Amino acid sequence: MSEILLDVQELTHCFRLGRNTVIRAVDHVSFQLRRGEIFGLVGESGSGKSTVARCIMSLIRPAAGKIRYLGVNICDPGQFRAHRKLLQTSRQLIFQDSAASLNPRMKVADIITEPMAIHHIRPPRGSLRQEAAFQLKCVGMDPSSLDRRPGELSGGQRQRVAIARALSMGPELLVADEPIASLDVSIQAQIINLFQHLQREHGFTFLFIAHDLAVVRHLCDRTGVMFQGRLVEIAPSKELFDNPLHPYTRALLSAIPIPDPRLERARVPQRFDPAQFCREGLLREVSPGHMVLREEADR
Amino acid sequence: MFELLEVKNLSVSFHTPQGEVEAVRDLSLSLHPGEVLAIVGESGCGKSVLCKSVMKLLPRNARIKAGTILADGTDVTRCSQRDMERLRGRLFSMVLQDPMTALHPAMTIGAQIAEAVRAHQPRMTKMAVRRRVLELMELVGIDMAEERYGHCPFEFSGGMRQRTVMAIALASSPKILLADEPTTALDVTIQAQILDLLRDIQARLGTSAILVTHDLGVVARAADRAAVMYAGKIVEIGTVEDIFYDPRHPYTWGLLRALPAWAEEGQPLYTIPGMPPSLLHPPKGDAFACRNEYALAIDYQEAPPMFQLSDTHFAATWLLDERAPQITPPWRGASYE
Repeated sequence: MSEILLDVQELTHCFRLGRNTVIRAVDHVSFQLRRGEIFGLVGESGSGKSTVARCIMSLIRPAAGKIRYLGVNICDPGQFRAHRKLLQTSRQLIFQDSAASLNPRMKVADIITEPMAIHHIRPPRGSLRQEAAFQLKCVGMDPSSLDRRPGELSGGQRQRVAIARALSMGPELLVADEPIASLDVSIQAQIINLFQHLQREHGFTFLFIAHDLAVVRHLCDRTGVMFQGRLVEIAPSKELFDNPLHPYTRALLSAIPIPDPRLERARVPQRFDPAQFCREGLLREVSPGHMVLREEADR
Repeated sequence: MFELLEVKNLSVSFHTPQGEVEAVRDLSLSLHPGEVLAIVGESGCGKSVLCKSVMKLLPRNARIKAGTILADGTDVTRCSQRDMERLRGRLFSMVLQDPMTALHPAMTIGAQIAEAVRAHQPRMTKMAVRRRVLELMELVGIDMAEERYGHCPFEFSGGMRQRTVMAIALASSPKILLADEPTTALDVTIQAQILDLLRDIQARLGTSAILVTHDLGVVARAADRAAVMYAGKIVEIGTVEDIFYDPRHPYTWGLLRALPAWAEEGQPLYTIPGMPPSLLHPPKGDAFACRNEYALAIDYQEAPPMFQLSDTHFAATWLLDERAPQITPPWRGASYE
């Protein structure tokens, strides 16, 4: 078993809506990321996947719980300040909508090298421009795009620029929050292949958040399923898709569309009634690496 | 057979400072009464422009250059805006992609549906409008309609909002429903529900529908026929069975092979090489030729005509010409499990 890079313990975060309503967006979520693996986090919208990602990236300070990254508790402001440079450079985030996450008034070359300028890192390949050209080549684009602005690029190209920006720091941990949701099918396939290729090349740890389960099955080594802020099941992807144990996971898997008209029309998605969902309980290991949320009673 | 909607040799162009963008190029298609026709293609292939031309909701810099759109016997291209106002809603209405931006955030759901009902029947009494709104809400599967009449969109989930948008579109019982990516903004779990609802309504009211999507899973579930669009043209059209089990155009092969559902374990996904062409200066000949592994010399010279394969199945590729070499398709139809 390889080293644990990120350890999330009992992470909880609440959002206040109005005076009396509090939403528990993330509720006692615990999981570990091992160095060099691709971990998928799936769930319907509003299940708290993005909030987990934002907590891990220190964009939100969680209400309770611990997140240890390389042994540093990033929720503690003192420890965060002491290791600021390490934390800010070796964790990188890719957002869903590349049209909104890239500055429309900057050129591609400046977008890719901005993190280096911010952290005063000397570019390893001579000038900033050469560095940008190199990073662009890594994600499969040619240097002629260096002087363009995001508005002149297509959706797939913009997402490649966002990936190049994230990789320019040589991150240990890459978090991608629904990176392919806004892309076309054929472009999606290109970006997934790119992720797979880059992960093999650089060996970074990858937290991949998605709601497209077919993609997660193809890409991820392990997968976690979230529902209403709780993590209900974690397992190696193959095990999870072959042998789902939690009723919500089963309902979610039955919702995967099959691109075959006869089978697709015969498919009846299972419904999961949120009223049956028991928030209490703990994740229990049922087989090696496969954990399910279970109540204390039916142990 | 009587066609509800018939598009003939339609060409639509946008006039931009860079020049003329040919978004739809010499496109013909027809919609039979009571069917769901899916239009599939990558973004920028002109599928939304086609929908907007039918509704005549094109932006100012767009112009219908040639062709006719016959909707239930009326030529839409010749209608004035005032005539169109009468047709929209009655003859066709549209469901947009994002239900959050399509709804007014500060108006109650009931009032928004009522607005659509009253727009077409201004003389209806208040009580009758309310009854009609509740009826529509039940039709699209919003239960507890009485209570939810007074709710605002932000109190609704994405699926419920999309149901509301559909209720508004159905307010004056249109004959044609144009749905532009109705499930793209929704979760997989909700997606099937909305598609089943679309089919159910379509069967009950006898509405025809055009479903624009880039997701082949959606096509498999909800459509009767499918048209694959590339660079402003239809490259293949047929029943859903034709397209999935016996595709003939290399682009359709590529789209089907790129789906992660078919991926083999440990293998990279298949991708179509290259990028879609710019429609600013569309290439001579077949627009797909430079991305096509099976391209023939003639593809770069002359655009292929539509070859008829059966009563329902047409494809535009030179591979179907009798002089073309025989190739084994890389895709022999769906074979899932």
